[in-house]
Amino acid sequence: MATVTITVNGKKRSAAIEDRTLLVQFLRETAGLTGTHVGCDTSQCGACVVHVDGKAVKSCTMLAAQADGAQVTTIEGLAQDGALHPVQAAFREHHGLQCGFCTPGMIMAAVDMINRYPAGLDEETIRKELDGNICRCTGYHNIVKAIKAASDTMRGMAQAAE
Amino acid sequence: MGAEGIGARVLRKEDRRFITGKGRYTDDMTAPGMGFAAFVRSPHAHAAIKSIDTSAAADMPGVTAVLTGDQLVGDGVGNLICGWMIHSKDGTPMKMGAWRALEAERVRHVGQAVAVVVADTAAQARDAAEAVMVDYEELPAVVDAIDAMKEGAPQLHPEAEGNLIYDWEIGDETATNEAFARAKHVTRMEIFNNRLVPNAMEPRAALAAYDEAEEHYTLWTTSQNPHVARLVLSAFYNIAPEHKLRVIAPDVGGGFGSKIYIYPEEMVCLWASKRTGRPVKWVADRTEAFLTDAHGRDHHTEAEMALDEHNKIIGLRVKTVANLGAYMSLFSSSVPTYLYATLLSGQYDIPAIHCNVKTVYTNTTPVDAYRGAGRPEATYVVERMMETAAREVGMDPAEFRRKNFIRSFPHQTPVIMCYDAGDYEASLDAAMKAADYAGFGTRKAEAAKRGKLRGIGFSSYIEACGIAPSQAVGSLGAGVGLWESAEVRVNPVGTIEVLTGSHSHGQGHETTFAQLIADRFGVPTDSVSIVHGDTDKVQFGMGTYGSRSGAVGMSAVVKALDKVEAKAKKIAAHLMEAAEGDIVIEGGELKVAGTDKSLPFFQVALAAYTAHNLPAGMEPGLKEGAFYDPTNFTFPAGTYVCEVEIDPDTGRTEIVNFVAADDFGKIINPMIVEGQVHGGLTQGIGQALLENASYDESGQLLTASYMDYCMPRADDVPSYKLTTTETLCPGNPLGMKGCGEAGAIGSPPAVINAITNAIGTNEIDMPATPEKVWRAIQAAKMPAAAE
Ligand code: FES
Ligand code: FES
Repeated sequence: MATVTITVNGKKRSAAIEDRTLLVQFLRETAGLTGTHVGCDTSQCGACVVHVDGKAVKSCTMLAAQADGAQVTTIEGLAQDGALHPVQAAFREHHGLQCGFCTPGMIMAAVDMINRYPAGLDEETIRKELDGNICRCTGYHNIVKAIKAASDTMRGMAQAAE
Repeated sequence: MGAEGIGARVLRKEDRRFITGKGRYTDDMTAPGMGFAAFVRSPHAHAAIKSIDTSAAADMPGVTAVLTGDQLVGDGVGNLICGWMIHSKDGTPMKMGAWRALEAERVRHVGQAVAVVVADTAAQARDAAEAVMVDYEELPAVVDAIDAMKEGAPQLHPEAEGNLIYDWEIGDETATNEAFARAKHVTRMEIFNNRLVPNAMEPRAALAAYDEAEEHYTLWTTSQNPHVARLVLSAFYNIAPEHKLRVIAPDVGGGFGSKIYIYPEEMVCLWASKRTGRPVKWVADRTEAFLTDAHGRDHHTEAEMALDEHNKIIGLRVKTVANLGAYMSLFSSSVPTYLYATLLSGQYDIPAIHCNVKTVYTNTTPVDAYRGAGRPEATYVVERMMETAAREVGMDPAEFRRKNFIRSFPHQTPVIMCYDAGDYEASLDAAMKAADYAGFGTRKAEAAKRGKLRGIGFSSYIEACGIAPSQAVGSLGAGVGLWESAEVRVNPVGTIEVLTGSHSHGQGHETTFAQLIADRFGVPTDSVSIVHGDTDKVQFGMGTYGSRSGAVGMSAVVKALDKVEAKAKKIAAHLMEAAEGDIVIEGGELKVAGTDKSLPFFQVALAAYTAHNLPAGMEPGLKEGAFYDPTNFTFPAGTYVCEVEIDPDTGRTEIVNFVAADDFGKIINPMIVEGQVHGGLTQGIGQALLENASYDESGQLLTASYMDYCMPRADDVPSYKLTTTETLCPGNPLGMKGCGEAGAIGSPPAVINAITNAIGTNEIDMPATPEKVWRAIQAAKMPAAAE
């Protein structure tokens, strides 16, 4: 057992947990945030992607203890003051989700992707970058469209802010 | 249509919870005192169980109970069943081998459950499951269907001699033989349809809670059809009578067929919750999903097509062996028979067809319906034959199809189906235009300059959706009727709840069903909520599969709406002192035609509930229900064109263009329909290029994780070009046909036909991996090299 403290979506959470507890288990079971999903057991599907200290991480592949002291953002923490994040809005606008199971991971991966390409994204890059996220429903067509649109919107917002 | 009515691209109401992480899936549910189940699974494909020692496991930390098959049988829990009776051509019934939820005597596939541990945490349950000692005596295994039929093959079930489940036929054998006797040309092919794993992203899960005081069970589970689950759990597995069992399918993360069936794990959780006195939760990990979710396809077919001197098809002869795995899953028997062979006429006027299907047991995971269920297998046979036949007789593949299209409707095929409406030439033309077929030669030449082989392939598919007229399927062996139910409840303030027996697990029913109401009453979709997936709320329903929610589920809603509308009009006429026939509904109001008199919809609803002033003899309230039983299947059809470029040095195939032209009849929400097609196409392309459930000779599944089973990812597939044509289905009130499976049905042959077109050979099997394509290119070169 170890006691870890993780700041999740701005709120400090401390708990004594078994050493083998994964970050995703900490989030789902200890913090009660079930938006982060588990779709596989081999770090392949990306349903579990969250941000740890600002970087996209597969939370099924990190021990909660490794995140001790870290800032974690989950899908539940993405919208600010009731306003959807542009990536969330774009997924809805472009029908980038069907069953919704891959969606939290997709959105968190997409936010990270857009942050890493401030100059913008083209379709080919988006498709390559999505390699770590599997969706069985959408065929990716509308996910790619949504990410491209969100990237364009966020670039516009960044330029307007300059 | 109005801003939110039929035909409008309404954004989805359900999205808000999914994009904010507020979806509620089975694994998100908890119950006080909940324990966790872990299953002990066979590591062998075929073995006798000599003993099971649970004592060490029972002493492990946190363990509540370790339960085995003997206890399950002792408590009277029934065997799993297949619910569709098929008779062999000699009249004998199919041979259903006994299937226990926890096996006690002989395991028949890797991953079969033999015991379950319930413990305080999932990790403790898993640790203890590893401590259960099972003494197995290994038996020889067989994994391939053709091998399983050979003399001396390991035998799986005493009920099924030679592992044969049934030997079934359809069509007129004599007429077909006569057609072949006078054929000018015969095309012959051996065609494999590879075994797939459905892989809904949400693994199967269950949370079962038993209430001792009420003798009542609640099951939250990942189901496409909670009412059918309750019926089967109650009537066949003896879990509890229906009124003592509530099944809830909350948000479900994809199904594709795999969540139709009632599996061992869900029923064991129910049973264990009573046995242990605590709620029991189980969530499959992905490897368990690979080993136990019903697989799809796995057909081996020999097909022959007879042409006359004008290149008209005069006969089709098909012999198929289908691998059903170790046990007969719930609807497994219907997939390679009535969902397969009845579609072998494709879009073509073929006067004589005969098909023989043998199904066999093997030491593999059970096989059942997966997106398309039988229809992809039929389409793959027909469309590869069409392409090959066209090449053999030197005709353009599009023109060969056009020449053989069915042109008048209704059209009775020689294999039961009566196609009600269609225009196959319209979708072929639309697809050729969108694919710029005329410009293909130029593109091919340009690709050749870059050292690439460019190919183009067609697939003109047909499918039967909207399953199905209850009486008809009953006469063919189905154990259930396949109607749908709906209830429309108008609340006193005019908001509306629609209860449906259909279940949404990605299809967007909360939006599209609400669009029907918006269209009818002119009220915003925000004032409508769709209730589904709970046997305590919805009286009964048959669920969602086979693209039936629109054609059957929505038709039931329309019938209920008709009744609500009629009553509302009566009330409005009474209140406005007008003739009932003069009342029209527009923009959320009931109006007296030709006057300025009107009442808002909510006021009529309120009047129905205050009941202060209703027509004489009218009951208060505004709530109506309906059952809709379809009169026929529906027949979506279309043409897909795939264009590929292949690198001859590596054999790697790139899809450079993919066009889908579909006729789905009436479309409620084009955005959602396009999404369904995108997803289906990707699954079909996955089958054609990437996916394969591969067993070694001993029966180990070599592809039991995402490291080994190649799922299509974003950079494996292109963006698609979609177009639609429309002929209305005359059989249901909205003219809908269904769109959920088309993409997965139509795309595999289009991809393979494009590849064979590019490399100049007709011989290649799915998945067309770079290695296989490279080898096919080398093999095609051989004769040339020898010259
Ligand atoms: S659950 Fe983390 S990658 Fe699949
Ligand atoms: S929306 Fe269902 S898996 Fe992506």
